[in-house]
Amino acid sequence: MAVDRHPMWAELGMDLENHDNLCAVLPTAFGDTYLTQENRPEGMAFWDMVVADVHGIRPEELIKAQKEEGKKVVGTFCVYVPDEVVIAADGIVTGLCGGSQFWVPDGEKYLPKDTCPLVKASIGARFGKTCPFFRIADLFVGETTCDAKKKAYEILAEDAPVYVMDMPQMKRPQDVDKWAAEIALFKAKMEELTGNEITAEKLAESIKIINDKRKAIARVYDARKNATNIPISGKDALLMMQIAFFDDPVRCAAMCNKLADELEQRNADGVSVFPAGTKRIMIAGTPMAIPNWKMHHLIETCGGAVVCEEACTGTRYFENLVDETQTTLEGQLHAIAERYMGINCACFTPNEGRTEDVLRLAKEYNVDGVIDVNLKFCNLYNTEKRTISAACAEAGIPYLGLETDYDDSDSGQLRTRIEAFIEMLG
Amino acid sequence: MTYKVGIDIGSTATKACVLDGENAAFTLVIPTGFSSVEAGRQVLAALADAGFPQEECRFCATGYGRVAVPFAEKTVTEITCHGKGAARLFGPDGVVVDIGGQDTKAIVLRGGKVVDFRMNDKCSAGTGKFLEIMANRMGLTQDEMSALARTGKPTTISSMCTVFAESEVISLIGQGTPREDISWGVVESVASKVSPLVPQVAGAAYFLTGGLCENEYLIERLSAQLGTSVQTCAQARFAGALGAALSLE
Repeated sequence: MAVDRHPMWAELGMDLENHDNLCAVLPTAFGDTYLTQENRPEGMAFWDMVVADVHGIRPEELIKAQKEEGKKVVGTFCVYVPDEVVIAADGIVTGLCGGSQFWVPDGEKYLPKDTCPLVKASIGARFGKTCPFFRIADLFVGETTCDAKKKAYEILAEDAPVYVMDMPQMKRPQDVDKWAAEIALFKAKMEELTGNEITAEKLAESIKIINDKRKAIARVYDARKNATNIPISGKDALLMMQIAFFDDPVRCAAMCNKLADELEQRNADGVSVFPAGTKRIMIAGTPMAIPNWKMHHLIETCGGAVVCEEACTGTRYFENLVDETQTTLEGQLHAIAERYMGINCACFTPNEGRTEDVLRLAKEYNVDGVIDVNLKFCNLYNTEKRTISAACAEAGIPYLGLETDYDDSDSGQLRTRIEAFIEMLG
Repeated sequence: MTYKVGIDIGSTATKACVLDGENAAFTLVIPTGFSSVEAGRQVLAALADAGFPQEECRFCATGYGRVAVPFAEKTVTEITCHGKGAARLFGPDGVVVDIGGQDTKAIVLRGGKVVDFRMNDKCSAGTGKFLEIMANRMGLTQDEMSALARTGKPTTISSMCTVFAESEVISLIGQGTPREDISWGVVESVASKVSPLVPQVAGAAYFLTGGLCENEYLIERLSAQLGTSVQTCAQARFAGALGAALSLE
């Protein structure tokens, strides 16, 4: 690391000693998982640089924006919280830590052990003082998606300012209206937090910024649809996706567009990162927060290639745009609500949209098989496997359901299942 | 003459199968013991003694120790191998139930190919290990336990976890429950843990492979739980090794 970040972390009140343990293992984990790959796109250098200083480079920018420009930083946990509203108030959105077993033991001091590892790790990262983003944010915005998160926000609120958005659980027209009203309340909250008024002009601008980011990420994903060439590994695409939650949206779009240019060229030139005939796998299911690369790494070292993620760290993040033609605040807020209600999470009932997404994406990305994987104790996604597997069977798409957590102790068993699945596709 | 040899290194037993043309010419089974690498070496020595020296053989390895066989030219998972082996032994269509030492799998075969499979969680409930531990606790061999179970009265062992089930068995022993009855409960526990894993395919044939294929009473109880007759044969223990040998081009 070029710059010593310890003074900054100390100022953030972090547990330096324990955090150093994380800093000590991350480069090896990244090196073993990522740098062993061959023929990676040059554009990945940006994301490699970010990971190399993941708790330094962006936190420094955020702190600078807070100190020098008086900006407010909002930490979010879920793809339903509309970035547009925060940006329109000149706020900054950041993702939060939650993708490593490192944070789980601290989380288990506050949450039952049979809580999903993502929620445990998030709470552990805050209370263990081992994540700079969890120290920097001026406000944490939760949402009533799953039960584990709802209760976790109550615990988080004991230690930090928390605002929770009330998500509908169904997708009827009145639910979209309800979500629009909830977004209007969130707008008021952002105005109060930042002291900046959100005008229709400001919101139009932020809608465009976030749409542009979505389009750029979609270009990277589009390049992965190519049936005869795999221009980027699933692992690299996942890394790009994970860091999108943390980066400045304009820079993120620029970097993704640059990467997409390169991938499109690779497709034109037939430059693939996997040998011809490598089985194309789509991962469906729960989010994979950085540095959770477990499933991708297993699949891509068992003779498969991940070409799509039907996940919050995947298509749920960037598919569908907010209508840019609205000119009134009311129209804009409703357009935002409509776009976000188009995301198909297992917390909704019924949730036929997700089944349709899986079948559609399997076709668009020319996949040979679907691996539906949920984080342990995520009852919602685990239960939906029944529906998804039946739909895949009917459509003739080979399907494998798995459940796992951040721990590596099940990797042998997972490897056998994944290898057998890929042999089955052969 | 080149022989195709499949080696299946399981958690408990290591099996090998030598093909002479299309048929199994020789099979052997040894305990895996502490080291998969050592088990592989012992197989080589035993094969040489039986007239199949290493230089006249080509090897494919399967089972959880498949990566520990340096002389194998390829590795294939036990799921694919049990499917192939069962297809050769029983027929190309059906559901294969493989009860292994630490894994239990259900494999759906269509036209001799694996089209779907399920595997138990990383837990020894419903595996050979469960039977082994309980038989040891009662001072019986697994065969003796099965024979006793047939004469036992229904007794419930409700714990899913092998460790807790072992305590249950100890309390039953403490209460003076006859060994026959405890044995009944142990076998029933395995059959009832295995059956939910097995896909119900209407009209399909069911085949048992793995180390318990000569355990008649278990097969009977498993058939009862599945509501169908489960077919097996002595050679089904070697289904994984046979499938591995057949995987060599």
